[in-house]
Amino acid sequence: MLSEPVTRTQITRGQRLWLYIVVGLVMIFLVVPCLLVVPMSFSAGEYLEFPPKELSLRWYRAFLGSQEWLNALWVSVRVAVPTMIIATIVGTAAAWGLHRRTDIFATGVRGIFILPMLVPLILIAVGVFFVYAKVGLNGTIGGLILAHTMLALPFVLIAVGNGLASFDMALHEASRSLGATELRAFLSVTLPQIRISVMSGAVFAFVTSFDEVVVALFVSSGENETLTRRMFANIRDQVDPTVAAISSLLVGMVIVGMIVFLFVGRDETQEH
Amino acid sequence: MTDFAMSSSGSPGTLNAGILRRREVLERFSATALTFPGLILILLVLLVPVLWLFWLSAFDGAGDLSWANYERMGKSIYVRTFTTTFRIAIIVTVCCAFLGYPVAYLMSQSGRRLSLVILLSVLLPFWTSVLVRTYAWLVLLQRTGLINGWLQDLGLIDTPLALVHNELGTIIGMIHVMLPFMILPLYASMKAVDPSLMLAASNCGATPAQAFRQVFFPQTITGLSSGAGLIFVLCLGFFVTPVLLGGGRTYMWAMQIADNISLYGNWGAASALGVVLVVATALVLLAVQFVLRRAGGTK
Repeated sequence: MLSEPVTRTQITRGQRLWLYIVVGLVMIFLVVPCLLVVPMSFSAGEYLEFPPKELSLRWYRAFLGSQEWLNALWVSVRVAVPTMIIATIVGTAAAWGLHRRTDIFATGVRGIFILPMLVPLILIAVGVFFVYAKVGLNGTIGGLILAHTMLALPFVLIAVGNGLASFDMALHEASRSLGATELRAFLSVTLPQIRISVMSGAVFAFVTSFDEVVVALFVSSGENETLTRRMFANIRDQVDPTVAAISSLLVGMVIVGMIVFLFVGRDETQEH
Repeated sequence: MTDFAMSSSGSPGTLNAGILRRREVLERFSATALTFPGLILILLVLLVPVLWLFWLSAFDGAGDLSWANYERMGKSIYVRTFTTTFRIAIIVTVCCAFLGYPVAYLMSQSGRRLSLVILLSVLLPFWTSVLVRTYAWLVLLQRTGLINGWLQDLGLIDTPLALVHNELGTIIGMIHVMLPFMILPLYASMKAVDPSLMLAASNCGATPAQAFRQVFFPQTITGLSSGAGLIFVLCLGFFVTPVLLGGGRTYMWAMQIADNISLYGNWGAASALGVVLVVATALVLLAVQFVLRRAGGTK
């Protein structure tokens, strides 16, 4: 098996064994820290151990039994869901508009839409905090939704833009020539074709908001503290194993999401 | 859109042409208008706040127009923050390039199953919250953490190593956060390399090493430079990981901005730091654009 050539230039597996070893080590580096907290979160002791000497759901109970933690989770959901909906609609509309205009104007507007990705987050956070202080939006859910929607826009725009790039515009034009209005043609012909891109844009928008720390650190407070803000303060000030339980739940969500995406992706390729 | 409108409505004539023109303008306007909600949001929640900070940076404590906020940057504490930030950004970028290149290479050159496994191992950290990963590194690296525990059990060390709450811990945590941003664009550029070019190089007598260096590597420079540029820029403004893993001793740019506000309430100083950060970011991005354009031109 090792002497089998694996490239067109006849390099054998054995000759590039070092490559497999290096990549294996980097993969361990990438994956292990994400998964390690899961077994540790079942520790029964006061501190985290690996492997845990005794298993228990103690830290999960600590999370689910705490009004503050549950409230923070609820705030994060109440921010992330509207952010996802608004950013997906606004971002898809913008991507569609830009797709139909391919002039210098479109290039300029595209540049502006990418700005939230390029401007350092800390500066956005400080600036938003400053402006929100003037208009009384600090510590409100609405203010956080506005800021997170802005941050999520470039991801939706890029995802939907990629989908549109491989969409056959003739289909849209055919439906227009058959008498459909622009809106109807978009909703019943174009949108179903690019739905996977729109969905991945929506996932990106949700995750952008749900995982966002820096803006939430400045803008959310008190009653409307997000989960990430509470976790950040907790990790900074004390290493409380409750965070391990929450982290494990979040990692579990990511893994479930990846499995779902694998299956959706496979169904898509089979259709074509 | 225009072509279609012209071809589908048969009879020519000035009246028709006028209607078509009006329709075209209307259609162009409706396409433009679709971007307005997003543009307004970005204007209100990004451009206004950031430009307002720029404006603030030009005034001193007494409210007079001055360079005071920028002159302060010559002070040794600021200079130290700058050098720390740039040093960490360079180390992290270079490490990501060396660690990411082999991973992207194997992913692009191997069969479906292996490349999927590698891709999933890159996407898992990519999708996992930065806070969760930073917390995991804290648990791994701290004085009573797993790595120190294992090393002591194996008898390799007597006293625990200081792996975290310093620059080393910050760098390890940041490499972990940034590595997917290197691997994904590299993979995209490697996937685009035509494999028959490597075969051609080998037919022309190139050794595998020569073929890699002279044919393969130059075609991946676009991916490498966009990954490196993105990581460098993200490192310059990075906040979460240095705060949690740096233990207050590793003081980076973003922390200085945050502290100027939360500890001292000095908006002018924080804004000036922000302006310099934006300028540095823009310069790095322009340099990347330059490299990309040159690499694109040689093809």
